[in-house]
Amino acid sequence: MAEVMGRAAPNRRSFLKGGAGLLAMTIMPSGLIVGQAWSQMPQATKPETFATLVQMSRDTYPHAMIEDKYYAVAVDILDQAARASEGDLAMLEDGVAKLNDAARTKHDKDYAAVVSDDDRAAILKAMESDPFFQKIRSNLVVGLYNQKELWPMFGYEGASADKGGYIERGFDDIDWL
Amino acid sequence: MPAPYDLNDDSVAVIVGSGAGGGTLGTQLALKGIDTVILEAGSRHETEDFINDEWDSFGQLAWKDKRTTSGDWQVAKDFPNLPAWIVKAVGGSTTHWAGASLRIQEHEFKTLTNYGAIEGANLLDWPIDLKEMEPWYAMAEDRMGVTRTNGIPGLPGNNNFKVLEAGAKKIGYKEVHTGRMAINSEPRDDRASCLQIGFCFQGCKSGAKWSTLVSEIPKGEETGRLEVRPDSQVLRIEHDASGKVTGVVYADKDGKEHVQKARIVAVAGNSIESPRLLLNSQSSMFPDGLANSSGQVGRNYMRHTTGSVYATFDKPVHMYRGTTMAGIVQDEARHDTSRGFAGGYEFETLSLGLPFMAAFLDPGKWGRDFSSAMDEYRNMAGLWIVGEDMPREKNRITLSDSDKDAFGMPVANVNFDDHPNDTAMRNHAYQQGSAIYDAVGAVRTIHTPPYPSTHNLGTNRMSEKPEDGVVNRFGQTHDIPNLFVSDGSQFTTGAAENPTLTIVALALRQADHIAGRMASGEL
Repeated sequence: MAEVMGRAAPNRRSFLKGGAGLLAMTIMPSGLIVGQAWSQMPQATKPETFATLVQMSRDTYPHAMIEDKYYAVAVDILDQAARASEGDLAMLEDGVAKLNDAARTKHDKDYAAVVSDDDRAAILKAMESDPFFQKIRSNLVVGLYNQKELWPMFGYEGASADKGGYIERGFDDIDWL
Repeated sequence: MPAPYDLNDDSVAVIVGSGAGGGTLGTQLALKGIDTVILEAGSRHETEDFINDEWDSFGQLAWKDKRTTSGDWQVAKDFPNLPAWIVKAVGGSTTHWAGASLRIQEHEFKTLTNYGAIEGANLLDWPIDLKEMEPWYAMAEDRMGVTRTNGIPGLPGNNNFKVLEAGAKKIGYKEVHTGRMAINSEPRDDRASCLQIGFCFQGCKSGAKWSTLVSEIPKGEETGRLEVRPDSQVLRIEHDASGKVTGVVYADKDGKEHVQKARIVAVAGNSIESPRLLLNSQSSMFPDGLANSSGQVGRNYMRHTTGSVYATFDKPVHMYRGTTMAGIVQDEARHDTSRGFAGGYEFETLSLGLPFMAAFLDPGKWGRDFSSAMDEYRNMAGLWIVGEDMPREKNRITLSDSDKDAFGMPVANVNFDDHPNDTAMRNHAYQQGSAIYDAVGAVRTIHTPPYPSTHNLGTNRMSEKPEDGVVNRFGQTHDIPNLFVSDGSQFTTGAAENPTLTIVALALRQADHIAGRMASGEL
């Protein structure tokens, strides 16, 4: 695997949102570029599978302002469960295989290498009744949106009793009505 | 005899559940000198234990014991094992509630008379009326410290309310204010005033919100005649050969079963567990369950016509700052069939934090359409619709054929089909809700389907005649003189108002009635 420093292909911009400067990347055999940090996380799923699940998660609940690492934290919940359950692991691996099959049939590429966001969303739409898709989706509802580090990005301020509530912190400060 | 009580003490009043009904009844009986045991399935979490985090709090307080669902209601599709969001803890759902304390209206006590018979609905007049309830409502409002009563000022309006108010007034609504709330707007009854924390649903950490946990039970315990026994899940009610109840079987936190003897038993486990308990108490003498000669135990389950409207704007609202139910629009709570349905509904502000918004804004929805709404979270305002839904005989709690709980007892199944009146009302409310927000520049409005039910009513309803319901005008079961129902399952119909004030008023009145009957030797 070649190590590549610096810019990735234009639609892989999201992989670079990890912060200032350049991220070390790894190019997988399929051409998928993965953040080096994850490719070295202990995983039940294959590194390419994990990376594909991250992309799939982003496509399920796309937020340009959220870096891949947050989606990866959510996927890791499923990966951890898969470490203890062959059935769970099979569902993830088989699910990604099916995803890639669908992508190759339509676009001659693996899922994560399909360039257009809308094309990838269409592939997911076609399998939205699939238990595999529903597992990925429902995992994100809590696995993604319950990460406290994300909350400020949405303007949610979290716990408030420890700060004396909002009575002196803008509970009625709306000024545009 | 002071608390705690011996299992074999058959002189005690035993109450199942410590919420608005059970907690208030138990306290009031104790204040009247009657030895009382409240058996509460959940644990005791005090104010300092509450958590300002939606999922963690849900883990701490919510009733998560298995239930199943059926019927065409959307909750069965979106949340098949969570038909209701209620509490398993001392204080019951009064720890979780938003504090809205509204009286049922005069016409709503007599829906069969006022709406007429509606096909597919099991309407019935309550055996009581507003006039009879007025002194009890007044007592409850004073007890709970309801704003806009007893000289208590209304709470200040937060951002979410201001958006609602501006939009509502713009489209011509007149009855718009910050509500009649059982939340202190100034210190009262040894409780602090509201800090606008915004986690009302997760247990009030300032103590400003009334609950039986902080406001009733301590007063009862102080008399020495109230014992609240937590982690005690009642499984069955026992009776003797004459058909009188004699005690209850309950499981402690280790799962060990005990029998607490009782002089009277009052069931107040909320509207899913209360009928379930009566049904699970079947015997050879009562093969259809206790107090079920009418066949109405478990039937007529109502959950209010609910739904939400969330609106996004192009400027910040921060709706989560401050009280969850920060205000109300009451104009639509009238009976006016020119709108296409019987009965009415209230608009009340509502807010969810980011985590619960993801789960409930549009269950199952995904993709850019959904995530783009979530991106606008800081610019969102929201309201909840509370409307009168129709009682139906087939909307009912039954015992599951297949699923049993940890103690081997059949779990509850909640079956519900929307009545056309419910659907027409909800659609009208969605439209009007959008109109409110459009009037002040909403970019987008979202019609959120009903959440797991937080208002659960009607499953042991009051009736004049024994063949029409389960309990009489005092919540005493028609069939068994020393068996009572004390929670919202007593409601004959649901009205358009949040139920807690009425549950508390009924409990205060019931305590009076029970005490009188005990004094005369009847009980």
